[in-house]
Amino acid sequence: MRVVTRRVDRVLAGAMGVLASVSLFAAEPVNPRQAELTHLVRQDCGSCHGMTLKGGLGPALTRDALRDKPAESLVVTVLYGRPGTAMPPWRSFVSEPEAAWIVKQLQEGTLGER
Amino acid sequence: MSAEGTGFRRWWSVTVATIAAVGALAALADAARAETGVVIERATGSVQLVDNSKRLPLARVEGLGDLSHASLVFSQDARHVFVFGRDGGLTKVDVAAAKVVGRVVQAGNSIGGAISRDGRIIAVANYEPGGVKLFDAATLALLSEIPATYGAEGKRAKVVGIADAPGNRFVFSLFEAGEIWVADVTDPRQPKVTRLANVGREPYDALITPDGRHYIAGLFGEDGLALVDLGNVDAGAQRILANYGRGVEKLPVYKMPHLRGWAVAQGHAFLPAIGRHEVLVVERVTWREVARIPVHGQPVFVMARPDGRQVWVNFAFPRNDTVQVIDVDRLALVETLKPGRTILHMEFSADGEEIWVSARDDDRVVIYDTATFKRVAELAAKSPSGIFFQWRAKRIGM
Repeated sequence: MRVVTRRVDRVLAGAMGVLASVSLFAAEPVNPRQAELTHLVRQDCGSCHGMTLKGGLGPALTRDALRDKPAESLVVTVLYGRPGTAMPPWRSFVSEPEAAWIVKQLQEGTLGER
Repeated sequence: MSAEGTGFRRWWSVTVATIAAVGALAALADAARAETGVVIERATGSVQLVDNSKRLPLARVEGLGDLSHASLVFSQDARHVFVFGRDGGLTKVDVAAAKVVGRVVQAGNSIGGAISRDGRIIAVANYEPGGVKLFDAATLALLSEIPATYGAEGKRAKVVGIADAPGNRFVFSLFEAGEIWVADVTDPRQPKVTRLANVGREPYDALITPDGRHYIAGLFGEDGLALVDLGNVDAGAQRILANYGRGVEKLPVYKMPHLRGWAVAQGHAFLPAIGRHEVLVVERVTWREVARIPVHGQPVFVMARPDGRQVWVNFAFPRNDTVQVIDVDRLALVETLKPGRTILHMEFSADGEEIWVSARDDDRVVIYDTATFKRVAELAAKSPSGIFFQWRAKRIGM
């Protein structure tokens, strides 16, 4: 039952994502790039945050862990890192709209959790 | 019976004997090199058992949980491996039977583990909750727990760099606390812990020298490493290679390097410089820097061939498609290889004549001849990461 609900959620989120990319956020990465970003998050962010994003040397990036965090500050963290911690800047590898897309997916729990 | 017939028979019997002898020799050579290896398949929670001498897959064992960061140790007889998974899973695999014979999910998040010198105790280093748990190697029953608490509020630190040391000891480091602990597990239900504080900021991994004498923790939060003489733990930790960055700001680090006993060769230790495209070389008696070797990227694994004549290096994202080889006598690079996409780990055969290299995003393990640097074979594997051969079974800190 829970599985079904979650699947419906995902379909809805996906549909909304498509609508959004058509109308509101023209800069949102297109599909092949989304696959690359998903790979980047799972594999390379996963070096520290775990491939399933449940945490490692870095904190968990699951939907529950990020729910109450403001998206804008998470985008800044992705792009510029967090000085004084092990979190490096990723702006050489992702653009700001791409970072925003990653944060959105993380907060929706669609990238790493299985 | 003609003379001709006798001649043929003699020729024939000599030929048969020769073929048999050659065959027997080949079989002996095979047996001498025959080793089982284990390849971690990180995305599918499986391990592949391989025959290192024939370069063939033997079997796949599944159901080991989240192996996105995983390592393992062999039992002393190499019959079993104990696999430490990211999800806190400790799985015992019977290598001969190719099956899981025990599994406990003992924490929320783990980084690695070690086996005691006598083979009776498995120690697992945990991030969440931060600490070390000790298990009976035979039954995987929990024997005791060492919480990695530090500071006035009793916070728990992530434990890294665990290694077995002579004298029934385990040594490990506390990331947030900047401490190194030495646990005497002679009575594994009541381990006696010696804490060394202020060893340096954020130890991220550590090694124990192959003779079991020195424990060296790499530091993420500052330039330098922390050295403990296990023959004189009470003397505390000593800082070595302090300020190796010479005030130059380090590059962003996208993957933490790994340290193990294979970093030591011919009286030197070869160590990754954090956030720099350099391998640092220290002399073992004085622990002074003798060289720094510029390399392709930030080193992740810096591994000496068993004979100590070469050191092989792989690199962190985004320069992780390359492997380089350092000549130890000349302290200079001699080879650059491009084995595939996303090179995660390397493992030498026991005699050092071959090295197996995992190319994660190509789903294969590439095997090189270390004398000619030629590719000699490839093996299919699903998202391969760590490769572990059974020669590790008898080695300290492996």
